[in-house]
Amino acid sequence: MRRARGEGDLFPAGTDAGDDAGADPAGDPARARAETAPRPRTGLRRLGLLRRCKAYGEHHLQSLLDSLGRLTRNPVAGVMTIAVIGIALALPAGLHVVLKNVQALSAGWENAAQISLFLRKDLREERLRKLVSELKAMPEVAVVSYVSPDEALAEFQRLSGFGDAVNALQQNPLPGVLIVQPALAASAPAAVEGLLERLRGHPDVELAQLDMEWVKRLYAMMEIARRGVAVLASVLALAVLLIVGNTIRLAIQNRRDEIEVQKLIGATDAFIRRPFLYSGFWHGLLGAVIAWLLVNVSLWALSAPVARLSSLYDSRFELGGLGWGTTLYLMLFGILLGFIGAWLAVDRHLRTIEPS
Amino acid sequence: MLQFINVGKRYPGGQDALSGVNFHLRVQEMAFLTGHSGAGKSTLLKLIALIERPSYGQILFNGSSYAGVGRRRIPYLRREIGIIFQNFKLLYDRTVFDNVALPLVIAGHEHREIQRRVRAALDKVGLLDKEKRYPIMLSGGEQQRVGIARAVVNKPPLLLADEPTGNLDPQLSEEIMHLFEEFNRVGVTVLIASHNLDLISRMGYRILTLENGRMRADSDPVAA
Repeated sequence: MRRARGEGDLFPAGTDAGDDAGADPAGDPARARAETAPRPRTGLRRLGLLRRCKAYGEHHLQSLLDSLGRLTRNPVAGVMTIAVIGIALALPAGLHVVLKNVQALSAGWENAAQISLFLRKDLREERLRKLVSELKAMPEVAVVSYVSPDEALAEFQRLSGFGDAVNALQQNPLPGVLIVQPALAASAPAAVEGLLERLRGHPDVELAQLDMEWVKRLYAMMEIARRGVAVLASVLALAVLLIVGNTIRLAIQNRRDEIEVQKLIGATDAFIRRPFLYSGFWHGLLGAVIAWLLVNVSLWALSAPVARLSSLYDSRFELGGLGWGTTLYLMLFGILLGFIGAWLAVDRHLRTIEPS
Repeated sequence: MLQFINVGKRYPGGQDALSGVNFHLRVQEMAFLTGHSGAGKSTLLKLIALIERPSYGQILFNGSSYAGVGRRRIPYLRREIGIIFQNFKLLYDRTVFDNVALPLVIAGHEHREIQRRVRAALDKVGLLDKEKRYPIMLSGGEQQRVGIARAVVNKPPLLLADEPTGNLDPQLSEEIMHLFEEFNRVGVTVLIASHNLDLISRMGYRILTLENGRMRADSDPVAA
């Protein structure tokens, strides 16, 4: 095949070397012949800014697609790495969704605060009635209900399990209790606290207690959980960085010869770095997509039992998923981690590869 | 074009690969660099390609010194030099076309421009019909032609070749050498390291002879 062409055909440019000047050792001979005017040299120095930008964009796009292509060329290893990244991202994302749901569920409870007024033991019947009507007249109060000492004792006996011990009591030690339900308009925590203070000052009231402590405790616990998720997310983010970094490091080792050749023919560090950074980008993005799928599949698996449970509580609570905003954050976070992981690896290892 | 002024290279361990080398390669000149293996041919080429830095002395390329060239500027200088290797140094997971296109991609040329120039370069080395092949499917001589096409596609003013015919039979070697002559004829400065004395003395170009790191002979027609 090589000899099939004559020597003369091998070097067609040799014939027009005279008029094409020395500047064009590798120019297109056909084109050189077709153009009668001397062709200007089209080296990079003569390239317009616009064409250069276009070429730059072309190369970026090509690197982007090429790095994706490399991922698909070795699908097993690629998918495993991406799955690990996906799981690492799915854990904090999933816990975040759980927290959001608990928050949504408990948002209504803040308004469910009740005030229990423990009345003085020696309170007379008419004073009690007067107090009840006084309370009912207050605009902040919606409902007032009375639990007599006998009712309270019966309830205690029933619920506490100390039935026999209670029977042994000479007299009922429990006071009467008024349960005050604040009106909806006054159900904000500050307003409820204000009401509580005023009722506490009433002479007939021994003790006024806001039944919201448990909500506060729940919130405190949720704050701890939120911090826990943040810590977990940081640790797993570090893991993703290391996974991507190691993957890219291996990719760099595998393409050592190629990097050497590229450096020999004048590639800048940025040029060599580019496909690896895009590879990190893909790992991060695809990992985030896997994480999104994992979280949504888990939510889907949970949604039916949760709906059943909430119907048992006569609630219309529905399990919330990853919203658009969170999904976007998840993707951006994944991409950022992939990019940074790749950058760290490339920065460390690219310099060590020099042609020799 | 390229000037060495009292250049020496000492490797860690105290071994002198080159000592006190002087020569001046003029624009559009073609010259051979010869000597026994270990005489310093490869080191000299590495100094020109900025793969190694000299221990002392000055290297001037197009009149400006290599001394002040930092790491960041090296790639741009290397684009002015087309290098051809004994072992071709092709990328075996890419087609012939993509191998030859690499310098143009690196230099940031447009896709259309790249296609046009790669075809022209492949046409020149007679491999236009094999652009879609992978290097592994080609013979040694053809692979070396791909290497040559890649070296010239960006139209560098200087071509360096390190034992370009070292792995080829005599007939192929001669063909490759004639190819270099063609490039030289259209104005490219060419420096070829080769120990194929028989072939290069027949061709009648300037011959630089290294021996134990020193320039023993220089058949410079101008200096003579």
